[in-house]
Amino acid sequence: MKCQDLLAMLNDYVDGDLAPGVCAELERHLAGCNPCQVVVDNIRKTITLYRAGQAYALPREFRERLHAALRERWKQAGNAGGGPR
Amino acid sequence: MTATDRDNRPDPASDADLVHRAKGGELAALETLVTRYETRVYSLALRILRHPHDAQDVTQQTFLSVMEHLTAFREEASFATWLLRIATHAALKVLRKRRGLETVSLEAATEPPADGESIPHPEYIADWRETPERLVEHQETRQMVELALGELDEKHRWVFLLRDVQGLSVKETAAALGLSEANVKVRLLRARLQLRETLTRAFGDPARRWAPHRHDADAAAPV
Repeated sequence: MKCQDLLAMLNDYVDGDLAPGVCAELERHLAGCNPCQVVVDNIRKTITLYRAGQAYALPREFRERLHAALRERWKQAGNAGGGPR
Repeated sequence: MTATDRDNRPDPASDADLVHRAKGGELAALETLVTRYETRVYSLALRILRHPHDAQDVTQQTFLSVMEHLTAFREEASFATWLLRIATHAALKVLRKRRGLETVSLEAATEPPADGESIPHPEYIADWRETPERLVEHQETRQMVELALGELDEKHRWVFLLRDVQGLSVKETAAALGLSEANVKVRLLRARLQLRETLTRAFGDPARRWAPHRHDADAAAPV
């Protein structure tokens, strides 16, 4: 396997979607290729970073407005077990 | 109903329980669901639209729509998947409206990639100085992370957001964006590689840097 091949399979490898045989071959390549090891590690950290940092704080006044709007709509719909169909 | 969507719920009341109670007319159950997901929906909308006011509109529309259609929600997918799909459609609708008078159409951003579109090769290869967990603790690194996301072409950004950040499957991402699964995979790879490149230039340790390898070469010999 060449570095170029690894790049093409990078998504499936990171997502755990590679067939076991191909995965073993890819890992043999990784064991002898430091740049590829680091690239895979960087990609994993990149994904973790965006997952961990996804929370933008909801502005407090917007949150209050949102919940008020939902309660108002709920009341208007006369919702007490009733609903569409 | 699928059993797989019921797993991984450490909270005392699962989403499914809350959905059932809300369907039964319990407003408090619905509000708990809203509280549980409002930040996630708002973050998704803000990262797609890059405009706080529009993101707030989308968040409100999303939850009003959830309330309106809850009794028709058949629970074939998880509540989170259903909710995020509604949020994505609401955000894309705002984009389409915004694009009405612009020259770049949304269709241009969702058309298949050109044949032979090359995959960008990693150039700056280095171990990061800090863990992702440490990096998100600092305001300036969080800004850097958002900046890198903002630099992505939107067709790549949306796929990355839905698949990697929101955790939708490739199939679900494809359905939400009206793309083929093959297209989603290509775009995801480009997004991941571009973000990796930008962030490694920012967070990489120059002392632990590797020269870019020859991509057509076999594995480099161990140093």
